[in-house]
Amino acid sequence: MIVPAGHYLILAAALFTVGVVGVLVRRSLIVMFMSIELMLNSVNLTLVTFARIHGNLDGQILSFFVMVVAAAEVTVGLALIVNLFRLKASTDADQVDALRA
Amino acid sequence: MAEFWVFWILAPISLGSAIAMILMRNAVHSALMLVLNFFTLAAFYAVLEAQFLAVVQIIVYAGAIMVLFLFVLMLLGIARDEPLGSPVRGQKAGAVVLGLLLLAGLSVGVAGPFMGAEAVCGAEATEPAEPAGDGPACAGLAEVNAAEGGNIRQVGLRLFTDYVWPFEVMSVLLVIAALGAMVLGRRREDPSELVDGPRETGAVAVRAPLRSPAPDEEETR
Repeated sequence: MIVPAGHYLILAAALFTVGVVGVLVRRSLIVMFMSIELMLNSVNLTLVTFARIHGNLDGQILSFFVMVVAAAEVTVGLALIVNLFRLKASTDADQVDALRA
Repeated sequence: MAEFWVFWILAPISLGSAIAMILMRNAVHSALMLVLNFFTLAAFYAVLEAQFLAVVQIIVYAGAIMVLFLFVLMLLGIARDEPLGSPVRGQKAGAVVLGLLLLAGLSVGVAGPFMGAEAVCGAEATEPAEPAGDGPACAGLAEVNAAEGGNIRQVGLRLFTDYVWPFEVMSVLLVIAALGAMVLGRRREDPSELVDGPRETGAVAVRAPLRSPAPDEEETR
């Protein structure tokens, strides 16, 4: 009745895959952004699992740093999305073609 | 024993809420599914002997970040359903196939070597005397956590000794991100500043040097 570390790793891999598919499939920029958060979280789960496998805290601290970077990224990213919405009145990724020649 | 039940009850919820998040047509429902997913991950952290991270996960992710997401969704009023279909033909099928390939690769490559029951702790961590029972599964991290103050104190000690330089860099990063969000979020009064707004080509570059010496220069003369 024990859980091998591989089960956590497979769960994290599945969550990461769901995040990748979400970024590829969805058209709303905000949902794509949430999928990126999901990927970051699955990587955090992997780091915490490896921290237990190796028996030290370095993985947990790296995971903490990932959370901080994710917080900063969400702040700037959502500000960009709000700005984009003011320009285009939409958050559809297909509408954003300002760099198209 | 407790870990077994926590994992096998929460893992389907975690995976199901993640899949529901990308399937929901309404962005607010997606955000709520993501909140559920974050809570299950916090429970996993608690079970994996990372109590500090479990609390930070709930406060930072389920609290702050998701409030930010929901706030932006409500502010922009874009909770309406997304149109079905995509301009790229075969995009969804291709994404699912690529995702399954990625999942297979990650499972075999990353998780494969740790699937056995002996891999609960790995080779580096010392096995506990009696692996069965309610005790911690691995002695390595449990020893660190059992030291004075527990997991939170140990993480804090590590953060302010070995990792103090990354910690300071993180604080600078957060300040820069907050400033950047403020600059990006301010309301523009001048429509010519907008990317798609009416643009006076060359007018801004010419106007600036002409306007600057006007009031002060006249007083000195």
